[in-house]
Amino acid sequence: MYILNRWQRHWANNTWMIISLLVVATLPFFLFLGLYLKSFLLLHDYHLGHLLFGKIWKPGIGQFGFFPFIVGSIWVTLLAMVISAPICLLAAIYVTQYSKTRLLRIMHPAIDILAGIPSVVYGLWGILVIVPFIARYLGPLFGVDTVGYSILAAALVLSIMIVPFILNILIEIFRAIPVELKEASLALGATEWQSIKQVIVKKALPGIIAAFGFGLARAFGETMAVLMVVGNVVELPKSVFDPGYTLPALIANNYGEMLSIPKYDSALMFAALILLVVSLFFNLIMHFFIIRYNKY
Amino acid sequence: MTLAQKIEEKIFKVLMIIATYFILVVLAIIIYSIFKKGIKSLSWEILTQIPKGGYYYGKGGGILNAILGSLCLAFGATLLAFLIGLPVALYINVFLIRWKKVAAFIRFLLDLIWGIPSIVYGAFGFTMMIYLGLQTSLLAGIITVTLFILPIMIRSMDEILRTVPYGLMEASYSLGSNKSETAFKIFTRQTISGIITAILLSFGRAIGDAASVLFTAGYTDHLPNSLLEPVATLPLSIFFQLSSPVPAVQDRAYASALVLTLIILIVSLFSRGLGKRYHKTKINF
Repeated sequence: MYILNRWQRHWANNTWMIISLLVVATLPFFLFLGLYLKSFLLLHDYHLGHLLFGKIWKPGIGQFGFFPFIVGSIWVTLLAMVISAPICLLAAIYVTQYSKTRLLRIMHPAIDILAGIPSVVYGLWGILVIVPFIARYLGPLFGVDTVGYSILAAALVLSIMIVPFILNILIEIFRAIPVELKEASLALGATEWQSIKQVIVKKALPGIIAAFGFGLARAFGETMAVLMVVGNVVELPKSVFDPGYTLPALIANNYGEMLSIPKYDSALMFAALILLVVSLFFNLIMHFFIIRYNKY
Repeated sequence: MTLAQKIEEKIFKVLMIIATYFILVVLAIIIYSIFKKGIKSLSWEILTQIPKGGYYYGKGGGILNAILGSLCLAFGATLLAFLIGLPVALYINVFLIRWKKVAAFIRFLLDLIWGIPSIVYGAFGFTMMIYLGLQTSLLAGIITVTLFILPIMIRSMDEILRTVPYGLMEASYSLGSNKSETAFKIFTRQTISGIITAILLSFGRAIGDAASVLFTAGYTDHLPNSLLEPVATLPLSIFFQLSSPVPAVQDRAYASALVLTLIILIVSLFSRGLGKRYHKTKINF
């Protein structure tokens, strides 16, 4: 019933495995190489510092300054983290330390669904709910006249989107801490909150930092949802109510016209290269935190 | 315990409860607003017709092209990722079981790849297409999305394959089977529910991602009929319809978003249900 005999099958399976493994293992290298070769044209003609810190973006006359996009990305990402990080940390502590397991059983599917909702749907929700909310309530509250499409809108949408990533890691980290540690602290007369603050959070700190780092990297590369609510205006934002532009949004918005202007495609691939390098770098560092954490 | 400590504990406990329920409430609001907006404009016509002339100015038609396109793309990518991912996950867990450092390095590499944003895959796919002289097509989209979901597929299979008890492998060897037979016949059967969950998870990712198909799959008003032609996808159809100034078209974007969300909810429900159902057949040592 088999075409091949047993040893031939063994050999075929092994080859299949090795080839697949090679494909996967060399993938980051090829990603880097492909994008680097494509952006080489730009890197050859311009100084790297001018590209990264140039403020003028006029591809039509050959001016490629990525600074507004980089600043926009950093604003959006950091703001999203500032909103999301405390919420995730508090929720993770509550779910793992205080509440009944029943709540954890509700939280897990909730996290799954939040993680599963596509970014376009988040963007659509941002346009439906967050943007009008900022234009009608938050803007006037701070005395700012805004249409709603702003850095803040993008950050709010992003902060929800990264909740499942951060919360998932945090819950796992808190659950991995042996319960005896908390019991010992309680036995010494510490209150529950003191034990959590002084023992558990301290022990989980490298893991918590890693969780935030992964969230940060995820937020930095998020494209569609941000693109839909951030406003897409190339200028340095002065406040969170100003519209901005992010690196992923730049790539996604201009793919249609990138072959019509010289070096434009090269510039967009350079933006992708920046994203790749930043995400690899962040993930690399955070892994060392996790490894340190695992050694305890 | 001083009063200050008591107050601190109380405050933080209230904050924690607020944070937890805040997340649940936000999820409920998202689902509610998507449903409320989408259900109004959802109709049989939208689900079963392709865009007619003037569709993007508010004339008749539907998004069948995008629904079928997305399904084709996600099926293709999931299949391809499974064919590459399963052997890798098995290799790590069967062949590299004594090479802990190598296995750890591959897992680390996979986690790194997992963190790469999908737009980077899109851009990479685009450069590859230019090198190879390919047009935007279903095939290019499938390849790009495959790369994007590969780490998700492998790591979630790996997580479940790691739980296979050592004794099962020894038993299989002692009966005379070789490593690849142990991997493909014993390990896969023991972890079938986890593997299906991994496949469904990757499918959900593949169908929902827009940034990676933006460059590579293109967009068309026709039904997908060839691997080498552009194909419409649901996320992009939502995006394009939403950018239209015509309210009727925007309404259809909401309906499309509802369709996409429903597909993903169903897939995720399925994977939960399957995980529970096949749990019983597992052998425990």
